[in-house]
Amino acid sequence: MAIKSYRDALNEAMHREMERDARVFVCGEDVSGGAGGTSGEREASGGIFGVTAGLLPRFGEGRVIDTPISENAIVGLAVGASLAGKRGIAEIMFADFLGLALDQTMNQAAKFRYMSGGKATCPVVIRAPYGAGMNMAAQHSQTMYQIITSVPGLKVAMPSNPADAKGLLATAIRDDDPVVFFEHKALYGRKGEVPDGDYLVPFGKAAILNAGDDATIISMGRMVVFAEKALEGLKASGVNCDLIDIRTSSPLDEDAILDSVEKTGRVVIVDECPPRCSVAADIGAFIASKGFSSLRAPLELVTAPHAPTPFAKELERAYVPSPAQIDAAVRRVVSYR
Amino acid sequence: MTSQQSRDQLLGAYRQMKMIREFEERLHKEIMTGEIAGFTHLYSGQEAVAVGVCAHLEADDLIVSTHRGHGHCIAKGCDVKGMMAEIYGRSTGLGKGKGGSMHIADFQKGMLGANGIVGAGGPLAVGAALSAKLDGKGCVAVSFGGDGSVNQGAVFEAMNMAVVLKLPAIFVIENNGYSEHTGADYAVGSKDIAGRSAAFGMKSIKADGSDYFAVYDAMGELLDHARAGKGPCVAEFETTRFFGHFEGDPQKYRAKDEVKRHREEMDSLKIFRAHVLNDRLLDETALDAIDADVLSLIEEAVSEARAAPPPQLSEITTDVYVSYP
Repeated sequence: MAIKSYRDALNEAMHREMERDARVFVCGEDVSGGAGGTSGEREASGGIFGVTAGLLPRFGEGRVIDTPISENAIVGLAVGASLAGKRGIAEIMFADFLGLALDQTMNQAAKFRYMSGGKATCPVVIRAPYGAGMNMAAQHSQTMYQIITSVPGLKVAMPSNPADAKGLLATAIRDDDPVVFFEHKALYGRKGEVPDGDYLVPFGKAAILNAGDDATIISMGRMVVFAEKALEGLKASGVNCDLIDIRTSSPLDEDAILDSVEKTGRVVIVDECPPRCSVAADIGAFIASKGFSSLRAPLELVTAPHAPTPFAKELERAYVPSPAQIDAAVRRVVSYR
Repeated sequence: MTSQQSRDQLLGAYRQMKMIREFEERLHKEIMTGEIAGFTHLYSGQEAVAVGVCAHLEADDLIVSTHRGHGHCIAKGCDVKGMMAEIYGRSTGLGKGKGGSMHIADFQKGMLGANGIVGAGGPLAVGAALSAKLDGKGCVAVSFGGDGSVNQGAVFEAMNMAVVLKLPAIFVIENNGYSEHTGADYAVGSKDIAGRSAAFGMKSIKADGSDYFAVYDAMGELLDHARAGKGPCVAEFETTRFFGHFEGDPQKYRAKDEVKRHREEMDSLKIFRAHVLNDRLLDETALDAIDADVLSLIEEAVSEARAAPPPQLSEITTDVYVSYP
C-alpha cells in the first residue's frame, strides 16, 4: 500500500495497463499537450487535469495521441480502433462534452455487439471527468452518468476514492465491453491508500464502507465522500448506517442494495444528478419494486435540484447535495414511524 | 490500366456487380410482398463503386459502410445467404436477425458494418485506420459515405483527424445525387465534394462511379498513396441509385424519366459488358454463365431465408455485453 492521489492512481492504472498490453492506447485533446505550437515542449500538459501525464515519454506518439477538439471523432477514433482489435482509451476533457460524442458512444460503441449478433467486441474506455463544485458553471459541471447508465451495451463506473480509481480503471481497460468511466474533478487531489501492483476492482460489486442497522445510505462518486462526512455527525448522535458505494451504476450490485434494505428498512440515496431520471431515481424504483416489503419509511432521494449547475459559489454550494442534507435525510428516515 | 487485371479478376468483379444488382432487384420484388420488415435502402446503380474499390482490398483491409450497405458487404466478401437471412430477420442471418439490413457486418471479413447513422462511419474508419497504422502492415481503412454524409460534422471531424494523424484512411464518397429526398446540388454548399475534401489537406480524385474501370483506376492511385504512408485521401464517385432512398419512397423529387434514363445511360453492368467485350477482355458466354449462376444463388438465398426460423425470444437480451454480472 502507498498513499496516492485519485489522479495518480488513475495515471498508474493507465501506465500499468499500457505496459501490460500493447493494444492499449490513449487519445484525446491535450492528453500530452504541446503537439505543434512554439515552445518545443512536447509534453506540455498531460491532460488538463494531469491524469495522462508521463504516458507520452514512456509510450510514444503512436499510443499517446493528441487530437483536435473533435469529441465525436475522438470517441470514434477509439471505437473504430477497438472494433479492429485495439483497446482505445478516449479522454473527453469534460463529461459535458459527451453531448458532442453521443452518437459514437450510444449508437456505435454500445450497439455493435448486439447488432452483429455477438460477433463484434468493442473494448473501448471513454474517460469523462465530471461533476460540480469547482465553479465551472452549467456546461462544465454535469454528472452525465445518468444518461449513459440508461444505454444498454455500455458499462458505467464512477470511483469515489484512489484505490477504486486504480482498480476500476484497470478493470475497465481489460473489460471486453465499452465502458464510460466517470472521474470526479473535485476528487483528483483526494489521497488515500492504494494497493501496489496489479489491482482490479470488479464491476457490479458495491463497496460497503460502513456497517450500521439504522438506515442504508446508497451513493456513488464524490457523494460517497459527503456521505462519509455526514456519517461522522450521525454516529456522534448514535445513528449508525450501512454506507454503500455502488462503484458502477451499470452493472448495478442489486444484491448488496437489497441485503442492506432488508436489514435497515430505511433508505437514503445520494446522487449528484438533478432528480429526474437520475441514478437515485433508478435505484429508488428498483428498491420500491424489489424491496418494498422491507421498507419501513419512504425513500429519501438527496439530489441536485432540477436546474443547470449555477456559477456563483453561493449558488453552486447550495446546488450540490451536501453532508448537511444527507444528515437531515437520514434523520428523517430513521425517525419515521 | 485495365490490362493490369487478369481475366479471373475481371470475371470476379463482374460476378460481384451482378450479385449486388440481382440481390437488390430481387429484394425490391420481395419487399412488395410484405415479407421483409423495416427500412431497406437499395444499392442498385452504384455497383461499380463498391466493387471497383473493394477489388483492391485485402482481407485485412477494413471497410465501414452506410445504411445503403448491401453492395459494400457483397464486395467485401460477406456471405450472400447470411445477408439475405439477416434482411429477412432470421436466426441464420449474419447478425442472428438482430441487426437487419442497416447493420449487416462481418468482422472476420473486415466489414465493420453497415450503419444507420449518416456520417458515423467516418470517425469509425479513422479509428480502424489508426489500428492499421499501429499494426504497421500497410493495411488501410475505407469509409464509404454518400453525398449526404459529407454535410455531417462527424465527417468533417474525421477527415481533419485523419489528416492530422496521417492515417491510411480512404474516404469514398458516392455522390448519387440525393441525400434522402434532397438534391446534392442544393445540400452540398460548395457543390464540389472532392474540392471541399481536398481543402482538408488530402489527395482527392473525382471519377465516374458508373464505370468499374474508372473507379478501379482511381482507387488504385489512392491506395498506392495511403499504403505508402502518405496519409488519407478522398474519392468522389458520381453515380446514381435506381431506386428511392428507401423502399417505398415515391421519389417525387426526381424527374419522371430520370431513373429510366439512368438505367439506360449509367448502368454499371452494361458499361462493364460493353467495355470488356469491345476490348476482347472477356467473352459473352462467360458473362452469361455468371448471370445464370448468380440468379440461381439469389434464388437459393431467398428460399433458404424464407424457410429459416426467426430468432428465439430469449435472444432479445443476449449479445448486449460480452459479460454482465
